[in-house]
Amino acid sequence: MKFIDEYHNPELGKRLIDRIHHHSTKPIRLMEFCGGHTVAIFKHGIRQLLPTTIDMLSGPGCPVCVTANVDLDKAIALARLPNVIITTFGDMLRVPGSYSSLQLAKAERSDIRVVYSVQDALGIARDNPDKSVIFIGIGFETTAPTIAASILQAEQEGIDNYYVLPLHKLCPPIMKALLDLGEVRLDGIICPGHVSAIIGSYPYQFIPDDYGIACVVSGFEPLDILLCVDRLVNQIETGQYKVEIAYLRGVKPEGNKHALKLMGTVFEVCDANWRGVGLVPLSGLRLNKRYQRFDAERSFDIDPGPTHEAKGCICGSILRGVSTPQDCKLFRRSCTPEHPVGPCMVSSEGSCATYYHYGDSYGR
Amino acid sequence: MCLAIPALIKSIDGHQAEVDIDGVTRQASLQLTPEAKVGDYVLLHTGYAINVIDPVEAEETLKLLKELSEVY
Amino acid sequence: MEDKILLAHGSGGKLSHDLIAKNFVPAFGNPLLNKLDDSAAFELSGRLAFTTDSYIVSPIFFPGGDIGKLAVNGTVNDLAMIGATPLYLSLSFIIEEGFLIAELEKIVNSINQAADEAGVKIVAGDTKVVNQGSADKLFINTSGIGIVPPGVDISGANAIPGDKVIVSGNLGDHGIAVLSQREGLKFQVPVESDCAPLNKLVAEMLEASANIHSLRDPTRGGLATTLNEFAKQSQVGIRIEEENILINKAVLAACELLGFDPLYVANEGKLVAVVAPSDADKVLTRMRQNQYGTEAAIIGEVVNEHPGKVVMKTCLGSSRIIDMPAGELLPRIC
Repeated sequence: MKFIDEYHNPELGKRLIDRIHHHSTKPIRLMEFCGGHTVAIFKHGIRQLLPTTIDMLSGPGCPVCVTANVDLDKAIALARLPNVIITTFGDMLRVPGSYSSLQLAKAERSDIRVVYSVQDALGIARDNPDKSVIFIGIGFETTAPTIAASILQAEQEGIDNYYVLPLHKLCPPIMKALLDLGEVRLDGIICPGHVSAIIGSYPYQFIPDDYGIACVVSGFEPLDILLCVDRLVNQIETGQYKVEIAYLRGVKPEGNKHALKLMGTVFEVCDANWRGVGLVPLSGLRLNKRYQRFDAERSFDIDPGPTHEAKGCICGSILRGVSTPQDCKLFRRSCTPEHPVGPCMVSSEGSCATYYHYGDSYGR
Repeated sequence: MCLAIPALIKSIDGHQAEVDIDGVTRQASLQLTPEAKVGDYVLLHTGYAINVIDPVEAEETLKLLKELSEVY
Repeated sequence: MEDKILLAHGSGGKLSHDLIAKNFVPAFGNPLLNKLDDSAAFELSGRLAFTTDSYIVSPIFFPGGDIGKLAVNGTVNDLAMIGATPLYLSLSFIIEEGFLIAELEKIVNSINQAADEAGVKIVAGDTKVVNQGSADKLFINTSGIGIVPPGVDISGANAIPGDKVIVSGNLGDHGIAVLSQREGLKFQVPVESDCAPLNKLVAEMLEASANIHSLRDPTRGGLATTLNEFAKQSQVGIRIEEENILINKAVLAACELLGFDPLYVANEGKLVAVVAPSDADKVLTRMRQNQYGTEAAIIGEVVNEHPGKVVMKTCLGSSRIIDMPAGELLPRIC
């Protein structure tokens, strides 16, 4: 595949790894903030190829994993309404809320459909004018503009049975919140690649400026990740902290202006609830006044019931990088992909699912 | 979730494009990338093109990778 | 004659008999079936192999095949994977009321062609029709009987450290071909199912070597599942090399697009063989002479380390575990 295969070159990869070994002299800790990076790092066994001076942690980069039970419960409550079709990305289906999941609701005869694209949800709305079609809007800044586009398209076409449950979250605020928590000392951040395709690199400027931490935007192929690590090591070893883009074919510093405009037309920033962190100010998106009629939470009367967290589940501290899945008493015992207790084991990008599936960092 | 892959635009009809990834074809929306043209590669995410790939930068990155791997 | 299957077609009365006489017997006709007795009786001696399977693939027609072709080849392959020569199949249809007879005829033709190619006979059958909504168009259940040649002992529990692991060709075609036809996914791939009978390939491999320890066709759950099964059954480790695994470009692209790992995608015309190292090369050479093994390759070996686990060496030289798949990757793929 063009723009992918070239970044798998094993010869170049091995030499870059040698270079990193040569240059990394002090022990440092890097964190990635994107579920796609977590999977890529494990899939290619990156951690075991790097020198022991580099410790790598996964942060809250999986939008499914960071969705709090209170919000999952809302989605399930909506699914139970009559004449409603829930449309969702696949990963959300099996995530356990306080008492149930969308998959269980589906087995109880709720009409829940997995879609690849929000456009398919719009199509379902067009085909079922007598039903209310609700899209569960999770995702970071990569996905939010697509949902915004779907709402504008619904408005333009006069589709009046289409709704969104807006659960989108923003990356730079959670990065700041985690750094402010100060639980984990970080030396460098691997910034999300496709979120940055939308927001650009300027929003990360506070990371080197206010926290003295190295910051590089990375792509997803093995050479992209190795290049990113090399650039982070370089910043840290020379003490020159800045925001760099190591994924220039996909990311411009100013981001995608059209996408940002679409987001701004439909959404406004609000406080949001993050699993494991709690309420983070100005870290989420909700529909603004003009587009409120598309908001499923406002348009339907639901009672999700009291929120309840699964006993023993430490997804929260795993998401903050404080614990690893192996620290969890439930990991591989009562919590497995077939019987997940928390979202980190369900989502294909969750830390627990990744560790379970690919082995630990060393392929064990 | 932020899965996006490079896809080649084969044809455009209004906001919709037909894209190709090594023989796999799909419709994609250009609502986020109205500037995209036939022959461009775009990053395809859940049925939308989220950015146009810059082939010049792609080459530059490969050059940088080669240089860095030769210099210690 | 009606153009749709009715409940009466399954009730054993005139319509049932007409269906059998006019559609099934002409297609599958052989001395055993033509008797139209309640069972087929025949002489067989030797060590017998017996298998059963059910086919619920959706959609029932897909690029490269249909549920009928799948049913025959799937059953033939189950017998072949134990080293047996497949001989006779039974075929049971469960048809949803309203199913088009023209489509049933297409499937019957497919079954006929597949059975001819594999050299097997359909000697017993049954037809039931259920109310609309009680089945999704057509389900097929089969059973198959074959004879295991003397001295042949093939099992997933026979792998030993040092053995080589061979795959007969490229992976993932069937799963992606079926998926591309599913509603809602809306992508077109120039990929056809690899559905094929592997009994002749296996017979040739057995001629080349008496040291084939394990055979399996990586259907649901793909190569990863099959290798994990071998590793657990034999309590050995298996190490494979990513760069030796062959996957069609379009299959890779479709997997990237949908977020699937091709190692877990179903195949219906491929086999995985575990062969003593002394014979691996000659088995490979022989496989490459058969139309269903032209791209056969050694992808790894059986090791003492990490018993029960499969580890893959990536192109970069790192290792990662290849686990059993969690849950249904692609539902109703066979």
